[in-house]
Amino acid sequence: MIDGMKGMTVIVKTISSWVKLLIFLFGIYIVLFGHLTPGGGFAGGIILASSYVLLMFAYGREFVEANLPLGLASKLDSVGAFLFALVAILGFAFGGAFFANFLYQNYLPGESLRLISAGTIPLSNIAIGLKVGASLFLIILTLSICCHYEAGSEEPNDDEE
Amino acid sequence: MSIPLPVFVAVPLVTAFLLPIFGERGKRIATLLANLATASLLGLAIAVIGKSGVYEIGNWSIPLGINLVLDGLSSLMLLVIGTVGTAAMLFSARYMEQYTAKAKYLSLFLLMIAGMNGVVLSGDIFNLFVFLEIASIASYALVGFGCGAEELEAAFKYMVLGSIASIFVLFAVGLVYGNTGSLNMAYIGKAIQASGLNLGLTFALSLFIAGFSLKAALVPFHAWLPDAHPSAPAPISAMLSGVLIKTLGVYALARILFNVFGISLHTGWILVILGLTSMVAGAFLALGQWDLKRLLAYSSISQIGYVVLGIGLGGLILARGGNPAWASLALLGGLFHLANHSVYKSLLFLTSGSVEMSTGTRDMRKMGGLGGKLPFTRAACTVASASVAGVPPFSGFWSKLILVIAAVQAHFIWVAAVIVFVSLCTLIMYLKVQRHVFLGELPKTLKQIREHRGAMVVAMISLACLCILMCLLVIIPSLRSSILDPAVKALVDGLEYSTKVIGTQ
Repeated sequence: MIDGMKGMTVIVKTISSWVKLLIFLFGIYIVLFGHLTPGGGFAGGIILASSYVLLMFAYGREFVEANLPLGLASKLDSVGAFLFALVAILGFAFGGAFFANFLYQNYLPGESLRLISAGTIPLSNIAIGLKVGASLFLIILTLSICCHYEAGSEEPNDDEE
Repeated sequence: MSIPLPVFVAVPLVTAFLLPIFGERGKRIATLLANLATASLLGLAIAVIGKSGVYEIGNWSIPLGINLVLDGLSSLMLLVIGTVGTAAMLFSARYMEQYTAKAKYLSLFLLMIAGMNGVVLSGDIFNLFVFLEIASIASYALVGFGCGAEELEAAFKYMVLGSIASIFVLFAVGLVYGNTGSLNMAYIGKAIQASGLNLGLTFALSLFIAGFSLKAALVPFHAWLPDAHPSAPAPISAMLSGVLIKTLGVYALARILFNVFGISLHTGWILVILGLTSMVAGAFLALGQWDLKRLLAYSSISQIGYVVLGIGLGGLILARGGNPAWASLALLGGLFHLANHSVYKSLLFLTSGSVEMSTGTRDMRKMGGLGGKLPFTRAACTVASASVAGVPPFSGFWSKLILVIAAVQAHFIWVAAVIVFVSLCTLIMYLKVQRHVFLGELPKTLKQIREHRGAMVVAMISLACLCILMCLLVIIPSLRSSILDPAVKALVDGLEYSTKVIGTQ
């Protein structure tokens, strides 16, 4: 089988390449509005990762790996966790206690129910979203590595393609 | 101003997430940073000796917020984690060159330290569980780090049993929350004092004992340890045997039993019996081993038995209403043995790593006469063996002596006899190590080997010096009153923990 033909039919590919964008945007929305609406960093991160998982189902693993290389995802993963710790440390530096909401208390009170209103909570949400999204993406990619190796070592199985 | 306790968790955590960014090329910088992180943790642990305090995260007052509590017991554990962590990290600098992905290793190592520091400082039972999981999951990955068949099997076994232990603890936390309406250990302690134990809380208590005993590898729960500890890279074996089983197992058990539920006759007896069976069974199982690291792992089970026995004996005397002086002495013996064991057992595992790196085998039947080839390793191993067997000037002797005195004074003559008997078995097994590894004939296949010098030797020699100097902790009164006595007092005070924590806010 030719490499470019991997994945599902052209209908699935076209639709998922459109829907992927919408899912990604929705994930960003859930992360950014985590302090106002249901959701937050974790849920949003899962949705961000799921947009890539959809691409993986439709196009195959190689396409996704070209789109978001493993090394980059792994770095994003670390950066997300690092940013979260940084928010805590900034709270210590400016607010006097780890995780203190220094932005809300001192600099950016904000009106409730507005996007910019909860101080450091949206920042933490963004960091968690990055961390969860990248790690879930990596986990699913790792799982698919195991499956792929087994399928590749024998005859390609084109029943479903 | 209160001590910024979260630093103990934040420093390793931030460094851990910084390291993977350097990748393969920045290995030297990553190693340097990781060593700086562990050394600074040791420095911080020394700086907080004798201090105590409560830290409220994000300025949210308890019981709404999460708090970190530093008392004598925590600061002793922080010191132990810092010492062993620094030495093992220094040893890794050279030793881990054998493996790929060193940056990932360093970052997992630091995550494990962050988890352990968190367990030790947490004043909130659910956060204790979270940190316990951070440390455990990092250690599962580290045990399987070699990715050979044996390592992966051991890591899988460890993961299954470790997860069962975590689930026990999680269920117990849930039951405690349902029955007392609080997750803060101080408030739980107060609620239990007010209303006593009901059926749910008793069940939670038994789940806690089972879960933490699994983490501490006490004898009916020890099946994972003899596989997991030998399979890990040597510095990780040193961390696992040296501090992980003590922090996640013994410390957490002692904290929950003494300070939250309050020690009773039943729990005291359970600890004493678990301790005695671990001591005897671990020693007998170790005697027959020919795999060097496996022998050390079984010996860890036996030695952790001493620690739990000392703590249990102290609790038993307290619960009986006996003389608090003897209870304190038994607790002092247990905790001092904990500190001693973490130093000499991590040293033994480091020397076994040095031997394995030079000879390429762990089978003692294939070794012999290495004393001339590996002089520093041999010296360090001899000091550590003498300590673990309890030869007089070395550290192990003093803690065992204190345990024997406490047992005799509390009229547990048979316990004292068992302590001495197991000490004899320990002497036999370490004579076996000396005889088959360092003395005797050098096999032809090992004529060409040489010792790996540098950071590895520095780490081993500094721990060996510490082995000899540890006795100063009990002999010099000012050292004892600043390090060990506050730790003993934290346990003897028992349920006053809650008033101390709530009162100082």
